Amino acid sequence: MMRSRALRSFVQNGPAMVGTAVLLVCLACALFAPLISPYDPIVQNTANRLMGPSAAHWLGTDDFGRDILSRIIYGSRTSMLVGVAATSIGLILGTLLGVMAGFVGKKTDQVIMRGMDILLSFPYILLAIVIMALLGPGISNLMIAIGVSRLPIFARVARSIVLAIKHNEYVDAARTLGARDCRLLARHILPNVVPPLIVQGTASLAEAVVTAASLNFLGLGIQPPTPDWGAMVSDGRRYVFDKFFIPLFPGLAITVVVLSMNLVGDWVRDVLDPRQRQEI
Amino acid sequence: MRKFIFERLLFLPVVLFCISLIVFLAIRFAPGDPAEMTMQQFATEAELARLRNEWGLDKSLLAQYIDFVKGAITGDLGRSFFGNVQVIDQIKERFPATIELAIASTVVSACLGVLAGALAAVHRGRWLDHLSRIIALFGISMPVFWLGLMLIALFSVYLGLLPVSGRYETRLVLDPVTGFLLLDSLINRDWIVFQSGVRHLLLPALTMGSYAAGIVARFTRSSMLEVLGQDYVRTARAKGLSERVVVYVHALRNAILPVVTILGLQFGSFLGGAAVTETVFAWPGIGKLLVDSILLRDYPQVQASALLLAVTYVLINLLVDLSYALIDPRIKYS
Repeated sequence: MMRSRALRSFVQNGPAMVGTAVLLVCLACALFAPLISPYDPIVQNTANRLMGPSAAHWLGTDDFGRDILSRIIYGSRTSMLVGVAATSIGLILGTLLGVMAGFVGKKTDQVIMRGMDILLSFPYILLAIVIMALLGPGISNLMIAIGVSRLPIFARVARSIVLAIKHNEYVDAARTLGARDCRLLARHILPNVVPPLIVQGTASLAEAVVTAASLNFLGLGIQPPTPDWGAMVSDGRRYVFDKFFIPLFPGLAITVVVLSMNLVGDWVRDVLDPRQRQEI
Repeated sequence: MRKFIFERLLFLPVVLFCISLIVFLAIRFAPGDPAEMTMQQFATEAELARLRNEWGLDKSLLAQYIDFVKGAITGDLGRSFFGNVQVIDQIKERFPATIELAIASTVVSACLGVLAGALAAVHRGRWLDHLSRIIALFGISMPVFWLGLMLIALFSVYLGLLPVSGRYETRLVLDPVTGFLLLDSLINRDWIVFQSGVRHLLLPALTMGSYAAGIVARFTRSSMLEVLGQDYVRTARAKGLSERVVVYVHALRNAILPVVTILGLQFGSFLGGAAVTETVFAWPGIGKLLVDSILLRDYPQVQASALLLAVTYVLINLLVDLSYALIDPRIKYS
C-alpha cells in the first residue's frame, strides 16, 4: 500500500524523476568511468594545456593539459563515494547512539547527549575542518570527518523518536507479553525510527557532497592528482579571468548533483513525512 | 524557563573545556611537525630541537594544555610559529572582518529570503511561487566557493562593476578604531573608504548569504502559508483592510518569528563557515587564517582561531535559544 502510494507520487513528481535520472547518470559515470571517459584523467599533456571546449575536448583542458570532461567523470566517483559513505557513517553511528540514549535513558542518555551537544557546539564545517586537521588529507579521512560531524544530528532525531514512542501502549503491551529489549527495539521501535532518518539522510547526502567539495577546495581533503570536483574548481580559480570554463564545469557538476539530491530529498520527505507536504 | 537558562549556563563551562581540549588535541595529533615545516630539509636535528624547545613543544601534552588554557583565560594566546607575531593581535585584526562579513551575509539572506518566501506564499501555485522556489532550491544547492567565482567572473571580470578581492583598496588609508572597517570609516567620516568597503563587501556577502537565503525563503513561505490560513487574517480581510496591509502588517509580522531564529542560527554558521568564502575573495578574516594556520601547523594560531569561532558559535546559539521565549511567549522550556 505504502509502496504503491510512494510509486504513484514519484511518477506524478516531475522534479523528483528528473533528479533521480540525473543521479542515475552520475552513478553510471562513477561505476563505468574507465569505459565512458574519453581520456586518462591523470596523464598530463602540456602541449594541450588550457584549451577551450572543442570537438576533441568537449569541456576543454586544464593547466596540465588534462581533459576536463574525463576528470569530471572520474570526479563523480569521489563525490558519490564520499557523500554516501559519510552519510552512512553519520546515519549508522548516530542512530545507534540516539536509540541507545533514548531507550536506555538516565545516565546513558545524559552522557551520550552531552557528548552530542559538544559536537554540535562546533559549526558543522568547522568541526569537519578540525577533524581533517587531526586525520590529515585523504579520501577515507574525508568520509570520517564529514560522517562524524553529521553524527549528532542523526543521534538527536533517533533519540527524540524513541522517547516519543517507547511508552506507547503497543510497546508496553509487547513488554508485558514478555518481549525482551532486543525484540522491542527490532520489531517495535526501529521501524518507527527509520522513516524520519531516511528523510534526514537524503538531506544530509546533499550537504555531505557540498562539504566534501568545500574541504577539497580548501586543500584539506583529497590530494592531487586524484580528480575531484571541489579541487578542480580550486585549481581553476586562478583562470577565472581568462579561462572561465575551467572552474565553470566542475562547479556546475556539483550544483546539478546536489540539486538532484535535494529534489529527490524533497520527494522522500513528502512521502515519509506528509505533514510537511506542499509547505516547503 | 529559569531552570533552562540555569542549566544551559551551568553546562557552558563544560562545553568550553571540551571545545578547548578537542581543538588542542586535534592539532597536536595532526600529521606533520611544525618545526620541520619551518626549517624544511636544511635543518639539523639540533636546530629542530631548539625550535621545539622555543615553542614549548618538548613539554608534556598536559603541560602544554595547561599553558594554553592559562593563556586563553588571561588573553595571552602566545606567538604564532610563523612571522613571530602575537596571536591575539592577528585575531584582533581578523575577527572584525569575519563578523562584518557575517553580518552583511545575514542581512543579504534576510532580505532576499524573506522577500522571496513571502512573494511565493502570497502567489501560491502561480509562476512567481514556482520561480521563487526554484531560485531557493538553486541557492541551497550551489557550493558557495563556485558561486563566488561565478560572481567574480560576472561582476568583476565581465561587467567590471565590483572588485575581485580584499576588504578595501590598498591605496586607501584608514585609522582603525574598532577594527570594523565600515564602522571606522563612518566614525572617521571617510566616505571614500566606506564606499570602497561596501563595494568589496557586496560579492562575498551575496555569496555567503545565498545558501541561507534559500533556507530562509523556504521557511518564510512555509510559515506564511500557515499564517495566511489563520482566523485573524480572515478577520482582517473581513474588516475591509487592503490586501497589502493584511499580508505585510498582519501576516508577515507573525510569520517572520520562526525565521528570525533561523537567521540567528545562520549567523553562527556564517562565522564557522566563513573559511570557504574568505578563501575565494582573499577576505582577511579569521576563517582563512584558520585554514592557512592548519596547513602550516601553526598550533597557537589554530587553537586560538578555532576556539574563538566555536565559543562565539556556542554563545550565539545560546542567545538564539533564549530569544525564542522572548519572541514567542507561547514557547515554554522545561
